[in-house]
Amino acid sequence: MAQPVISARGVSKRFLTHSSKATQLKERFVKGRGLGTEEFWALQDVDVTVGEGETVGLIGPNGAGKSTLLKVLAGILRPTSGEVQVEGRIASLLELGAGFNGELTGRENVYLNAALLGLPKREVDRLLDSIVAFSEQGPRIDEPVKHYSSGEYVKLAFSIAVHVDPDVLLIDEVLAVGDEAFARKCLAKIEEFQRAGKTILFVTHSLDLVTELCTRGIVVDHGRVQYDGDPAFAVGTLRKILGTDRPVGAPAAPTLMGGITVRAAVAATTRGGPASGRFRAGDPLHLRVECDVLPGDEVYPGEVGVVVMGAGDIPVFALRTPPGAGLPAVPGHYCVEFVVEAVPPLNGAFILGVQVDHAETGLPITARRFDDAIWVETGTLPGLLDVPAKVTVTQA
Amino acid sequence: MSAPAESAPSQDRAALARARAAAQGSIRWELLSQLVRKDLKVKYQGSVLGFVWSLANPLFQLGIYYVIFTKVFTNPAPDFHVYLMAGLLAFGAFNTAVAGASTSVVGNAGLVKKVRFPLLVLPLSGVGFAMVQLGLQMPVLLVIALISGVNFFGPPLLLLVPALALLVLFSTALGVLVAALNVRYRDTSHFVELSMLIWFWLNPILYPAQLVKTAFDRAGLSDWFWLYFLNPMATVVSTFQRAVYQTPTYLDQGVSKDLLVDGGYVYYLRNLAIGFVLAGLLLLFARRTFTRLQADFAEDL
Ligand SMILES: Nc1ncnc2c1ncn2[C@@H]1O[C@H](COP(=O)(O)OP(=O)(O)O)[C@@H](O)[C@H]1O
Ligand SMILES: [Mg+2]
Repeated sequence: MAQPVISARGVSKRFLTHSSKATQLKERFVKGRGLGTEEFWALQDVDVTVGEGETVGLIGPNGAGKSTLLKVLAGILRPTSGEVQVEGRIASLLELGAGFNGELTGRENVYLNAALLGLPKREVDRLLDSIVAFSEQGPRIDEPVKHYSSGEYVKLAFSIAVHVDPDVLLIDEVLAVGDEAFARKCLAKIEEFQRAGKTILFVTHSLDLVTELCTRGIVVDHGRVQYDGDPAFAVGTLRKILGTDRPVGAPAAPTLMGGITVRAAVAATTRGGPASGRFRAGDPLHLRVECDVLPGDEVYPGEVGVVVMGAGDIPVFALRTPPGAGLPAVPGHYCVEFVVEAVPPLNGAFILGVQVDHAETGLPITARRFDDAIWVETGTLPGLLDVPAKVTVTQA
Repeated sequence: MSAPAESAPSQDRAALARARAAAQGSIRWELLSQLVRKDLKVKYQGSVLGFVWSLANPLFQLGIYYVIFTKVFTNPAPDFHVYLMAGLLAFGAFNTAVAGASTSVVGNAGLVKKVRFPLLVLPLSGVGFAMVQLGLQMPVLLVIALISGVNFFGPPLLLLVPALALLVLFSTALGVLVAALNVRYRDTSHFVELSMLIWFWLNPILYPAQLVKTAFDRAGLSDWFWLYFLNPMATVVSTFQRAVYQTPTYLDQGVSKDLLVDGGYVYYLRNLAIGFVLAGLLLLFARRTFTRLQADFAEDL
């Protein structure tokens, strides 16, 4: 991973519920200190390290602690325990509001907000036109923002956040508020940021966005990190937590992390025949791969590929299930058969590699190798291929 | 690619990132002035007379007290309105500053909860707001003094500089403290409001400091009169008065009387020195308290 830009180690955050917080002296005197204290752990022992240039999707059910985590990373909330370190200028779009004052006009809020982020005024003067243009507010920029709709509000806030040249961009579920055209613009901007090597961490409920855009997905539930890694798996894990991987009304399945496993791969000369593994050039080759699509969890459609590799894992040829005709997203035991009419004139022992990828995202789900699965004895000379050649010897 | 060629720009980048993180965490004039401007705009936006209202308040106060203390109760002190003006302006600014600072964090909850910035600028902006107002009020009221034929130009006017400095320092110290406390205990701002009503009378604004001195003398406590000036605002107010009120003695029914407690300079400079020490200590304490409490502001709001 590139050098960490965001690092949180063992971060926990405890909230005292409002009733126990003595915001009035009266309560403090009447109740006494600590009496009736109800605590709530919004984050528990969270470890997150994000490297430069990563785009991380932070997902989880409502109340999981996503916003709390963003605020802790943004330096707005102090963690009850643990350590947080963030390098560089942080621009954050935290829920609705974005630090605007309703009485001030859009333009005045741009200046105020940029000043809060540490930008000098002349810099803002330079950026203003671009900020206004991107936010699509035009002449409305001189109206008090209290008259803005929530979408317009977010447009302006997002526009500021991306124009202040942040090193780290933290975005809470705000992008959903804008219209589709703007959402697209935002995504284009985020992609531009990705190319520029900026670090982005965003919370969203549109899970497709996570698989499309993110290099990593983190699932938070009940204040804990439940999964951190491949975006597609993160989405799957969340769907499992949410129960949206089952039809509406279906009973909850036991939580079980799954996917697809490769049980076996055999090579035979005849369809369904005994696994011989020994061939001669020109023999028919039947490859049978047995897979299990695991039940009771997020089920993925899989694309199965096999690679026949020589010594040193040099691929010789590969076969793959055609698009849309791979493993269905239905749990069960499956056989995938590949038929090669005539074995090429190979020479020696070959490795059979099986890899199953997610049919939609193309991300690897599982892989397994079977050493010495295929033996082809065509000739006696060294080399992967047995190349027929006519050899003559003459006197020069 | 060779290793050094790769690490150099990334080191630059890391240094830049650190510098920017520091800029986001330090107090800058830019930010302070933006916040003060915001407060001014928000306060006077939508009112037809706008900023005129900030002048109306002290003018009315001045008018009312002037009528009461020169017409209702006869008062032989000459140019009493100049004396009144000095005290009312100084204390008015203090009141606005501390009251403004006390609600500055709570009033900017939207910012505190959404953006990371040095929170200490919030009470400072409350003080800044009050000082901008004072800056606009002073010339207007000095013009009134001039129109009424009072000449206040003279060397004592220089005393305004340290007096203003103490006013800013003490308002800041108290403002920072109450701003932090008000987040946890919302009673603080109400308490401040009430305290100001009492505090007003602890300063020689509507009465001469000489009156207090005489009372101390009569009780045989002449040596303890300095206690009165442990209140830095009493020093600020009396120094303001010394700066602009230039009639040290007057005759009341044949008896020579002073409206000011002292007609020199050293007396005031000594009091100012005491005030600076006290305000400085308070500021240290206030800052520490603020720093300790600020991490929980976003949560408590
Ligand atoms: N200031 C607060 N005081 C008390 N509880 C809070 C506070 N902020 C958040 N919480 C609680 O912490 C939990 C996590 O909140 P949040 O991080 O906003 O969740 P989400 O993942 O939906 O963004 C919620 O149950 C919420 O009620
Ligand atoms: Mg949230």
